[in-house]
Amino acid sequence: MNAMATGPAPLLAVTDLRKYFPITGGVLQRRVATVQAVDDISFTVGRGETLGIVGESGCGKSTTARLLVQLLKPDSGSIVFDGMLVGENGDISTRDLRRNVQMVFQDSYSSLNPRLPIEDTIAFGPSVHGVPVAQAKQRARDILAKVGLDPNQFIRRYPHELSGGQRQRINIARALALEPRLVVLDEPVSALDKSVEAQVLNLLVDLKSDLDLTYVFISHDLNVVQYLSDRVLVMYLGKAVEIGPVEAIYGRPQHPYTRALLSAMPSMDPDRRLEQAPITGDPPNPINPPSGCRFRTRCPHAEDVCARIEPRLAGAPEDGAHRIACHMLIAGSGHSAAPAQGA
Amino acid sequence: MSNRVEVRPAPAMATGVDTAQVAALSRGYWSTVAGRLGTDYVTIACGLVLIAIVSAAIFADLIAPADPYKTSIVRRLKPIGFANHPLGTDELGRDMLTRLIYGGRLSLFMGVLPVVNALIVGGILGMIAGFLGGRVNMAIMRVMDVFYAFPSVLLAIAISGALGAGVTNAIVSLTVVFIPPITRVTESVTTQVRNLDYVEAARASGAGTQTILRVHVLSNVLGPIFIYSTSLISVSIILASGLSFLGLGTEPPEPEWGLMLNTLRQSIYINPWVAALPGAVIFATSLCFNLLSDGLRTAMDVRL
Repeated sequence: MNAMATGPAPLLAVTDLRKYFPITGGVLQRRVATVQAVDDISFTVGRGETLGIVGESGCGKSTTARLLVQLLKPDSGSIVFDGMLVGENGDISTRDLRRNVQMVFQDSYSSLNPRLPIEDTIAFGPSVHGVPVAQAKQRARDILAKVGLDPNQFIRRYPHELSGGQRQRINIARALALEPRLVVLDEPVSALDKSVEAQVLNLLVDLKSDLDLTYVFISHDLNVVQYLSDRVLVMYLGKAVEIGPVEAIYGRPQHPYTRALLSAMPSMDPDRRLEQAPITGDPPNPINPPSGCRFRTRCPHAEDVCARIEPRLAGAPEDGAHRIACHMLIAGSGHSAAPAQGA
Repeated sequence: MSNRVEVRPAPAMATGVDTAQVAALSRGYWSTVAGRLGTDYVTIACGLVLIAIVSAAIFADLIAPADPYKTSIVRRLKPIGFANHPLGTDELGRDMLTRLIYGGRLSLFMGVLPVVNALIVGGILGMIAGFLGGRVNMAIMRVMDVFYAFPSVLLAIAISGALGAGVTNAIVSLTVVFIPPITRVTESVTTQVRNLDYVEAARASGAGTQTILRVHVLSNVLGPIFIYSTSLISVSIILASGLSFLGLGTEPPEPEWGLMLNTLRQSIYINPWVAALPGAVIFATSLCFNLLSDGLRTAMDVRL
């Protein structure tokens, strides 16, 4: 909660968010295992800021997104939106939260009802919240124009008559129809080809400044995250391993996983060509994650302490806003590369 | 660099073409379906045959050449093409054409009504089971499995037999027979739809379960189960005929295709062509319903 002390109160503050999925088996549907999808993640998102969340497939990015819009109930931890606690005993009802927090899904096809014309899809959210039908439809037209589609052409069309980029614009329009303050974007451009991806990203940037939006942008594409984000959260196997301003993460990555991820980015510079794969193998199974630091099984610097103690996020020596969960950076952690105590 | 931008007078034209295409494309869902059906001649032919059979049954009083109950001792079992009886006469000398036209009333009624009843009950049960999942799903689907354990003909006979002969009881028993398959199809389609992102998105926009079911689930579930039910109509006609054949459905002298097939059975060696007529009509009707449902399914699949 260090971040909360500095500057104005954040729009979204997430503390120790946790979601485990039980795996049941057998005739009696007994719990046989647990997937630790999101494990004690904390972060804040300031007003007007874009927080990028990056990580490999299966690291809990999408689960985090679904927790933020309350499509999933967290097992523990708290979400505070604009100073109001979210949840059953919270200060803001789920219904009110959903008017303020909207989500754009990755799969632009399955996230649109094939039997509803575009107009009805976009107007659905406002009409659920009591906006009269005529007004909701007018709002749909306005928003369609905002996302760069001519309302006269598109309003009566069906999803199967649109291209992938157009469908994703519709998805964005649907999310914006409720006039939210925070938009959770779950890999919104991953399924689009590069030229369309650039158009949609520029649209997102424009919309953000026009409508004073705050984004949580989830992606596995490091270039896209760098382009869009103010701050970046790196996730590995349900844990936050590094969080900080985008310049710090991309310029001075501290966690071995972040460094490996970034060195996997293809470079345009022939002198910086990748000589060997920076990281090998698949992430371990989140059903039985490694003890201590979860990255230790793939980390070139792993030592005994990494298997015993789980590292907590700690501020980088030169920059308090840049925080890393690695024993190599925690003074007196017992790791040979750790700085001396009191340094 | 500005030269490059200037060398593009084409987009304006391209946009013009696009608008025309859009006008053609965005006709709406049902007109697209109608457009597709228009080129499917098998489905059109089946539809026309069914319309002919149904309207003949409805307007039987006006078009039937004779009285369906009027018997004649001297003109029994006359062959097809006999004077004044284009399709011959049955074992009591009644006009076959008239009785086939009138028989359509009960046969179609007993073919359609049980399916409609089962569509309502099974559709609701299946949507509840599919959408809520978990224990509710388990409870509903296991009860349906109990009914599945019996062959459908046997189940219909057993229930009809227990309730006693009569049209109402036959319809009740056929409804019970068709509820489990419709429930199962609805449940599987609903389960698929429930897990799609647009249902999640609807929930994320704050909609309640009822609204989501009404706006997003129903519209996507109705198509498949409607088509499946159409194919059940032919089964229902055959089962209803079977019940009547066994004396559990309609009772003589009521004209009904299954009952007619039963009573003419004894005359099959005397006048086989006339005896086969009710069977042929049942066959033609059920075939048309099946082909029609196939055609509708193809036309209503938005992804094609």
